[in-house]
Amino acid sequence: MPVQYSGIIDEHHTVRNAVGLFDVSHMGEIEIRGRDAIACADSLTTNAVSRLKTGQAQYSGLLYEHGGFVDDILVHKVAEDHIFICVNASNQEKDYDHIRQANKFKAEVEFRSDKYAQLAIQGPRALVTLQKLTAVKLHEIRYYWFTGGEVSGTPARIARTGYTGEDGFEIYIAPAEVARIWNEILGAGREFGIKPCGLGARNTLRLESKMALYGHEIHASITPLEADLGWIVKLDKGEFVGREALARQKEQGIRRKLIGFEMRGRGIARDGYEVCVDGAPAGWVTSGSPSPTLNKNIGLCYLPVEQARPGRAIQVTIRNQPVDAETVETPFYKRAK
Amino acid sequence: MSMYPEEFRYTKEHEWVKVEGGIGVVGITDHAQQELGDIVYVDLPKVGAKVEMGKTLGSVESVKAVSDIYSPLSGEVIEINESLTTAPEKLNEDPHGAAWLVKLRMSAPDQVNRLLSSADYQAYIEAEK
Repeated sequence: MPVQYSGIIDEHHTVRNAVGLFDVSHMGEIEIRGRDAIACADSLTTNAVSRLKTGQAQYSGLLYEHGGFVDDILVHKVAEDHIFICVNASNQEKDYDHIRQANKFKAEVEFRSDKYAQLAIQGPRALVTLQKLTAVKLHEIRYYWFTGGEVSGTPARIARTGYTGEDGFEIYIAPAEVARIWNEILGAGREFGIKPCGLGARNTLRLESKMALYGHEIHASITPLEADLGWIVKLDKGEFVGREALARQKEQGIRRKLIGFEMRGRGIARDGYEVCVDGAPAGWVTSGSPSPTLNKNIGLCYLPVEQARPGRAIQVTIRNQPVDAETVETPFYKRAK
Repeated sequence: MSMYPEEFRYTKEHEWVKVEGGIGVVGITDHAQQELGDIVYVDLPKVGAKVEMGKTLGSVESVKAVSDIYSPLSGEVIEINESLTTAPEKLNEDPHGAAWLVKLRMSAPDQVNRLLSSADYQAYIEAEK
């Protein structure tokens, strides 16, 4: 997947206003099968797999015992005995080893990244574009649900999920078909102004929507509670890897928290830049970029929890100079429903 | 006419300089702007700043990343292109013309001879691809 095709800003606006196509075949896939598939997945992830209905997906965390992230993942319940997990490309081997080692159930864990390619069709015209290529009634698939079907004659898992903050679909197909389906979708979307999109726009789109990126907002030393992802932690669902650490952290209170900010002075914050409060170092930037939708320079950072409230003046150290910024409510962008 | 003007001299870091009398006009090349993508921010030195050949002159930022600009020559900054502050996208549109970055009063004009010609620069970026 290239950084860009027509340009990050152009691709970004295309997804917000029309439809964009991303080849995200680099993403990893792991499947858990067997009678205990759900119990197994529940014992390894933070969200409640047992509460999923067949055909439903959920965002979740895969944690170490100490509560830090192994990865952030999408869990799909295909059947009572079949869980399908989409994981980050750079973490897939680590995730697979982690899941296999922690699996205490009669469930088979399969590394399936070579069996799936993935295309993401995202934007307000995603539905009408993809609908031209499938008999599946796409409007009947609710947000974070999926179904099996065919896209342009090839078997596909069609999920109404995405990483852009827009309506859209992620389809999982056989790798041998991805080049053909890519072209079919570009053809189907031409009348709606579809454009191929790269990693650059994927990043600006997810940042505006405050979706976490592994290695930036989340990693092995960050817990979901610190990352403002408490909603994917179901402490009441029973045991899971990392639960004890999270329960303890919840009781004692977190010390740092992820918060959004906008630059007030001239400059763009970037990953790793220092953040100061009242002139003293207080935290660090996890992601920063110009926001093409808002036409502002935005970012996410970790700050001590007592500082991590919207409306606070902070400074981001850009090339040894403090530049004024202000913490703000997130997400930066939310689409009109 | 070549994309890369004959009368400019170039660096391997993708800056150009046009020498007029004792003054060097400095910019980034078309190749540089293409590689960077949408440019959204330009950081330039202050007028009066002394800069050295090969040392940081400022920086340009695209949506994706920040890149240093290296001075092709030594000298004193006598003028900066203020219009880039409010319209950095001009660097994508006219990098060899309206979107020049700074003008330098050269302190060692002989340095020009160490820079690449238009033909050498084009051969260099071809080889880099």
